Amino acid sequence: MDLPTPRGALTETLFGALRSGDDFFAVLSSLPEATPDDAALALWTLHQLHYRDLTGVPEDLEWDPQLLRARAVLERDLEQRLRARYTPPSGVSFTDDLFDWVAEHDGASLATHVHRDATREQVLELTRVRSIYHLMESDPTVWVLPRLGVRAKAGLMELLYDEYGAGNPNRLHHHLFARGMEASGLDASYGTYIDEAPLEVLEQNNAMTLFGLHRRLRGAALGHLASFEATSSLPSRRMVQGLERLGLPQELVDYYAEHIEADAVHEQLAVHVICQALLDEDPRLEADLWFGAFTCLDLEDRFARSMLSRWEIEEAVA
Amino acid sequence: MTIEHPEAILCPGGPMLLRGNHAIEDPDGLAHGTTRPVSAVCRCLKSASLPWCDGTHKVLPAELRPS
Repeated sequence: MDLPTPRGALTETLFGALRSGDDFFAVLSSLPEATPDDAALALWTLHQLHYRDLTGVPEDLEWDPQLLRARAVLERDLEQRLRARYTPPSGVSFTDDLFDWVAEHDGASLATHVHRDATREQVLELTRVRSIYHLMESDPTVWVLPRLGVRAKAGLMELLYDEYGAGNPNRLHHHLFARGMEASGLDASYGTYIDEAPLEVLEQNNAMTLFGLHRRLRGAALGHLASFEATSSLPSRRMVQGLERLGLPQELVDYYAEHIEADAVHEQLAVHVICQALLDEDPRLEADLWFGAFTCLDLEDRFARSMLSRWEIEEAVA
Repeated sequence: MTIEHPEAILCPGGPMLLRGNHAIEDPDGLAHGTTRPVSAVCRCLKSASLPWCDGTHKVLPAELRPS
């Protein structure tokens, strides 16, 4: 993919350095002045080095020590910000109470807006900005796999096998999204629409990769997964009905239709098999399971509010 | 050491997870084959995708959810 349009002095400096392959000390000295949008785009781009080719950027920069240093500073700031937003729940058990807790804490709902009121243009805009995650759906979670014990590892593999189409590329979830985009006249190459993505989308993606890349945060990664899956089936049904109301292509409908039944399975596997096994391995990870679960709901709520505000829509709650 | 790995898991308040290939016969005698490695069979009987779970149990009052 091409490098995005810079959003400030940090990304101007970073993208120049990535293209030239030097001057990384200037990147480090730009870090303290960065705006939230600029810092989030810089971290997102540094994370992309671990996932794919960036046009004009040498592949070996993935493990450049100065860039890793910049990534670490940006990740530390992000984690501190995420943890500052979070208040741990008390008197609850993750595997017994997550579903009720999610129901009580679910925030603004884009699916409810799409179901009833959204215009075709709004749905296509949502599709473009969601493509930043949906075209690499589940990829950040795969980093967690080798860090788990036998039962949690087998459970996560069982879930991911379905996410990745159980061996059939035509059922692989991020490919289903690409087919939906193409049928809707959109470009399904990864990152095409990054310049349209608000800060909240960058933070969602940065948080998932942060949790995935750090073994220390495996509890947060799996808590995020459980919360993500537990907020998918019912909204996916509303997305299907909204897309059908607007006459959008069947391929895009099919992406959401798949998630109604798939995520009704995955949410149970995530909580009762994967997170239960993780807690059996190490009960101290319960706190980070909740932190990850909270972060998922909080970032989705912030994203939904930013889109609804962009469209000048009163908040729609599920 | 063999680790317990049941073919079916009853999820509290939710569906039955079923591993592997199976056919579920509905009350009209129609067989529905599983299509994924693990399937969730509806137990609240309110799913719009019967016999499969679609998460509807989560919006039912607690007394109407499967035990």
